Amino acid sequence: MTDTPAAPKKTPLHARHLAHGAHMVSFAGWDMPVEYTGIADEHQAVRTRAGLFDVSHMGEIEIAGQDALAAVQRVSCNDASRLKVGQIHYSGLTTQAGTFVDDLLVYKMADDHFLMVVNASNATKDFAWIKDQIRDVGDAVAVDTSQRYALIALQGPVSLSVLQPLTGIDLSSMKYYWFAPGEVAGVRVTVSRTGYTGEDGFEVFVPPASAERVWNAILEAGRGAGVVPAGLGARDTLRLEAAMRLYGNDIDDTTTVLEADLGWIIGWNKADFLGADVLRRQKAEGIGRKLVGFEITERGIARHGYDVYVDGRKAGVVTSGTQTPFLKKAIGMAYVPTEAAVLGKELEVDVRGRRLRAVVVPLPFYKRPRS
Amino acid sequence: MYPSDAKYTKDHEWIRISGSEATVGITDYAQKQLGDVVYVDLPEVGKSFVQGEVFGTIESVKAVSELFCPMAGAVVAVNTDLGQHPEQVNSDPHGSWMIKLRVSNPAEAATLLDSAQYSDLVK
Repeated sequence: MTDTPAAPKKTPLHARHLAHGAHMVSFAGWDMPVEYTGIADEHQAVRTRAGLFDVSHMGEIEIAGQDALAAVQRVSCNDASRLKVGQIHYSGLTTQAGTFVDDLLVYKMADDHFLMVVNASNATKDFAWIKDQIRDVGDAVAVDTSQRYALIALQGPVSLSVLQPLTGIDLSSMKYYWFAPGEVAGVRVTVSRTGYTGEDGFEVFVPPASAERVWNAILEAGRGAGVVPAGLGARDTLRLEAAMRLYGNDIDDTTTVLEADLGWIIGWNKADFLGADVLRRQKAEGIGRKLVGFEITERGIARHGYDVYVDGRKAGVVTSGTQTPFLKKAIGMAYVPTEAAVLGKELEVDVRGRRLRAVVVPLPFYKRPRS
Repeated sequence: MYPSDAKYTKDHEWIRISGSEATVGITDYAQKQLGDVVYVDLPEVGKSFVQGEVFGTIESVKAVSELFCPMAGAVVAVNTDLGQHPEQVNSDPHGSWMIKLRVSNPAEAATLLDSAQYSDLVK
């Protein structure tokens, strides 16, 4: 984490958070709500009803031009040639070493236009990186459009029924990881069926000046269904239950895409991309360590940075860990030697001097019931 | 807001002294800062602590904090209910005691804050 000496930035919904009584914290240079009524309450609301998140701090970078696809293919590891207009995929912005500059969502807006949603903490770095890497890719220009969008996420099982009356977009026919332009509460927006919680839900890209209007309209429409504002604290425990990686914790520029067990986001059949040769070699020769999920089997909670022991020897480190409000278990993810990355393998986690027993379990920890 | 029959530390513990025995917990301000408490790790009966020494840890969903002993003493009782129901610390912080101490140096009470001073500290 780098210090941000400047005053933290405020999203267009900052005043709403204060009005809701949020506990605010500085996160990635932004003054953000960590919780309103409590992380456990908000987590539970998202799993059983729905929560409304302000994620306007996320960065947006757009690539446009005749060779936009070639540019996207070069800087990201997933195969964007397989996206149709209106479709989205999860991908990695990779280094030459096959590690992560960032992880991101790639939206195909048109044949010559892609939008990338990147982490707030990395947005400036990502933009500079992309500009530099696509310099010789012909007709493709990258633009940082983060200022143009507020981003509001409605997440939870009642999301569809709450949002549908506010929009002409037929949400029930929108598939997971697809998007459409339209209106919500009379405001021109883009709606995608995406999220970072493991629940069904939608993310709405809104012009900043209309963010409050859309936020208020969704909360109002969802009042009867128990929709509540939810903060970054619940977002973190929700994403961990769903085993979604967090940049800076679970992945960074020292972990390769394969080590993070994200081989499914690598477009093995596409032409070269940054880090392709390293990842192909790792695929052929195997990797030395791998990210796994674990559950602590005695009393105690593992946290980011705690040491992991395999057969009595220090062999890895916890990347994310918490006591989850929904599953009510102490869970986490850790890099361990590949030979220990097997389901049922017993590990130990050093929790402030105490070695607690843990066991490797399947990811994700939580999977939403499909209707 | 903060009961006047207790004393307080700058680290947000309360201690209620009754003769040579004292009961210890954390304040409403502390539980609000922590958020949802999910785990409380307390010492065994018989252990002794000096004033200001760490006697346990408390974890919320988002963070771990240490618990500091407000006065020197030996632990004579531990609230084992908090093992099963750590959320009681949130719902009733001034009723959810953690340990009872046999106080070894009653004069230390003079170094603690009273409820008015503590209210000033956290306002």
